[in-house]
Amino acid sequence: MIAGVGAAALTPYPRRGLPVSVIVSQLFTGVSIGAVLLLIALGLALTFGQMNVINMAHGEFIMAGAYTVYVLQQSISSAGASLLIALPVSFAVTGLMGVILEVLLIRRLYARPLDTLLVTWGVSLILQQAARDIFGAPNVQTSAPSFLTGSVQITDDIVIASSRLFILGLALAAVAALMIVLKTTSLGRRIRAVVQNRDLAAVSGLATGRVDRLTFFIGSGLAGIAGVALTLIGPIGPAMGTNIIVNAFLVVVVGGIGQLKGTVIVAFVLGILQSMVEYATTVSVASVIVFVAIVAFLQWRPQGLFTLRTRSLA
Amino acid sequence: MTGLSVRDLRVVFDGFVALDGVDLEVPEGDVRFVIGPNGAGKTTMIDAITGLVKATGHVGFDGQDLLGRKVHRIARLGIGRTFQTAAVFEELTVLQNLDIAAGWGRRAVSLLRARRGVPPEVGKALETVRLSAVRDQPAGTLAHGQKQWLEIGMLLVQDARLLLLDEPVAGMSHDERDATGELLGVLSRDRTVLVIEHDMDFLRRYARTVTVMHAGKVLSEGSVAEVQADPRVQEVYLGRGAS
Amino acid sequence: MSPRLRTFAGFGITALLLFAVAPLVLGDFRLGLLAKYLCFAIVAVGIGLAWGRGGMLALGQGVFFGLGGYAMAMHLKLADAGPGELPDFMTLYGQLDALPWWWAPFANPVFALLATVLLPMLVALLLGLLIFRRRVRGAYFAILSQALAAAFAILLIGQQGTTGGTNGLTDIQGFFGYDLNDPVNRRMIYFIIATALLLMLLAAWQLMRSRYGELLVAVRDAEERVRFLGYDPANVKLVAYVVAAGMAGLAGALFVPAVGIISPALIGVVPSIEFVIGVAVGGRASLAGPAIGAIAVAWAKTALSERVPSAWTYFEGLLFVLPIVFLPGGIASLVRLRRRRTAEAPAAPALEKVPS
Repeated sequence: MIAGVGAAALTPYPRRGLPVSVIVSQLFTGVSIGAVLLLIALGLALTFGQMNVINMAHGEFIMAGAYTVYVLQQSISSAGASLLIALPVSFAVTGLMGVILEVLLIRRLYARPLDTLLVTWGVSLILQQAARDIFGAPNVQTSAPSFLTGSVQITDDIVIASSRLFILGLALAAVAALMIVLKTTSLGRRIRAVVQNRDLAAVSGLATGRVDRLTFFIGSGLAGIAGVALTLIGPIGPAMGTNIIVNAFLVVVVGGIGQLKGTVIVAFVLGILQSMVEYATTVSVASVIVFVAIVAFLQWRPQGLFTLRTRSLA
Repeated sequence: MTGLSVRDLRVVFDGFVALDGVDLEVPEGDVRFVIGPNGAGKTTMIDAITGLVKATGHVGFDGQDLLGRKVHRIARLGIGRTFQTAAVFEELTVLQNLDIAAGWGRRAVSLLRARRGVPPEVGKALETVRLSAVRDQPAGTLAHGQKQWLEIGMLLVQDARLLLLDEPVAGMSHDERDATGELLGVLSRDRTVLVIEHDMDFLRRYARTVTVMHAGKVLSEGSVAEVQADPRVQEVYLGRGAS
Repeated sequence: MSPRLRTFAGFGITALLLFAVAPLVLGDFRLGLLAKYLCFAIVAVGIGLAWGRGGMLALGQGVFFGLGGYAMAMHLKLADAGPGELPDFMTLYGQLDALPWWWAPFANPVFALLATVLLPMLVALLLGLLIFRRRVRGAYFAILSQALAAAFAILLIGQQGTTGGTNGLTDIQGFFGYDLNDPVNRRMIYFIIATALLLMLLAAWQLMRSRYGELLVAVRDAEERVRFLGYDPANVKLVAYVVAAGMAGLAGALFVPAVGIISPALIGVVPSIEFVIGVAVGGRASLAGPAIGAIAVAWAKTALSERVPSAWTYFEGLLFVLPIVFLPGGIASLVRLRRRRTAEAPAAPALEKVPS
């Protein structure tokens, strides 16, 4: 089921040569799928993992980030410049969309997480149709900057597209930036305080509403970054969000909510698993096998890989 | 042997020792009060006995080993508990609450039928906990004290033989406390009762025996008078000015 | 009116509408559409039970709908092809010269009919056992059920030679010897579906008013508390989930002769969550609400997308947003409010709180 960002979006890697090189090659493919999974799930790790809000429109925020690149390229002819400008602009655009969503709807639903899921699904439908009405139903393509169109030869058999390396770097940079914000800044301390004990934080004079909006801004902004990355490996279309949102949520669920490291590890493990199983079987069979693997994993760790441990007994 | 027997019960949360080798014998028919400062491990002990938290050591009731069993299996052995904040099914009526408490042993066929009338054990419990007049009200609309009684009523129809009550009179009015105290006497006729309580006045009037816990251990045990005379208990409590 | 009398009156009126009024008023085309909507209503009755009463937001009911639908369609395709022959699409794609082994038993009508309901129930039982026993619930359950729908759709699409791939199983001609092109037979299909809906409503009604129904609500509102009364909540939830899966399977099976097709597009993530919207609009925890909501939403979809296709998507989006934010109890809660205002009946047992 990771196929949306897996083999379908990847140009097939050479499947010749010795088994060892096949394994290494699939490993690289898996890491590359994992990097995409990580980017699309990272924002959710914040909004779902930290705030317990299930935002199904996250996929459409990713779409909005991708269309931002498309719009920028209409006015800035240089693909490289437009891509670099798109990173902060997309972050701001989708972050703002997130804040608007939080203020208008999600705030009313904090006590009803499952209802949030359905309401934000409705929002995602509206955003998709809006994209269709503004940009047209067919997919559009952006041009990749020249420094990302080539590929890097690792061994005789293994070639990695530069864009894939760029996405890997971008994903790791985003994780690092998020960790630094959460661990060292006063905003990060406030976010963690609200996550651990909302009532106590409110009593201690923290404006929890403002912290929620800021958290949502960052989480949604990360969707914009993911959208920019996705323009490098596939077409942009109104439905692109639907295809990835389920995978993104799975990564956070299996990783365990409350901690980023679970999301990071699981994104890469699922990416590699997907790539290996796809090689051994087919894309469609792999989707079922990965699902079964996830259910089996949850037998062992029903709360995900890492959980925020508390002393609370109930 | 009969009654509750706890030996060397230990509970550790992430390195924090909540229970540090608790030994406790509560003979059948006793009304045992467990007191102690906040954080002494009183609620954790009930949680361990009922299977909610993992523990090591030994817990026996009427010859059955309890540790390591699942929560619902322990409940089926006749161990019932209440919670500090009354946990009743607020959307269901008093009658429905009690009927559910009476029902784990029902066959599938009887579960799939609607309830007709009031089962005798439920009617009796309604009388005992004085809720007959409000039996068709949703439990969420009950007063705080009534919810506590409903929980005790649920233990009665569940036919629990060991009742573990976690602060049953907290927040109750004076009259409600008296009524609850009398209820304890009725309950203990054919059951073993263990009560966690902070209210010393209530304890003096209704406890048969007392166990004092402190920092995850049993500090003192005996009759009310014995425990009050124990210098170690005075030390723990005087510092807090709570005796 | 006593609640009991009102329920019987409700069933009577529903039967009258389904069996007399609709066939008299609607033409063949509209009646065919209604048959399709009633299939969605059957799925909705199951979701109302699992979600409204049991708190399990099942976002993968399309899988069970699909299992039922494919089981029926496989049998009908084999019957259309005749003994010993391959279904048309298999020869069309030209990859097979013999029937795959897992198709063979569906040639038997009894096996196929049983499979339409039992296969979804079996899958739900297995998945439910694994999920509920490990106390995976709430949002985790919802996301897992959605992932199941995604995986199942991808699996079907990938197996073009044996499942028809993206196209699905199409162009079904006959139904146990009856020609589906004949309007009379299509009416018969409508009556079968209407009967099935009525029976499923009766089953859900009995489950909801039974002791089990009360227990299910208790598990929904305080799962941990129920354990201390000696119940294993996993088993309680499992029953509702498996029943809901069976209803979805039955609906899928009936959908096939009514519409003549089953395909991955009807069972994936998007259609699965669309099954839920009617339930939310109608009133998730009520008996009739989910069915009425499902029919109303499906009707609105046809009516709107016939005229302004893009308007439907906006409208559907708003359907997810507005009722859930402002009217979580759905249409059913409006009816109850009115009833309470006119003070006809004493406060009904409030089983219909909205689970979060």
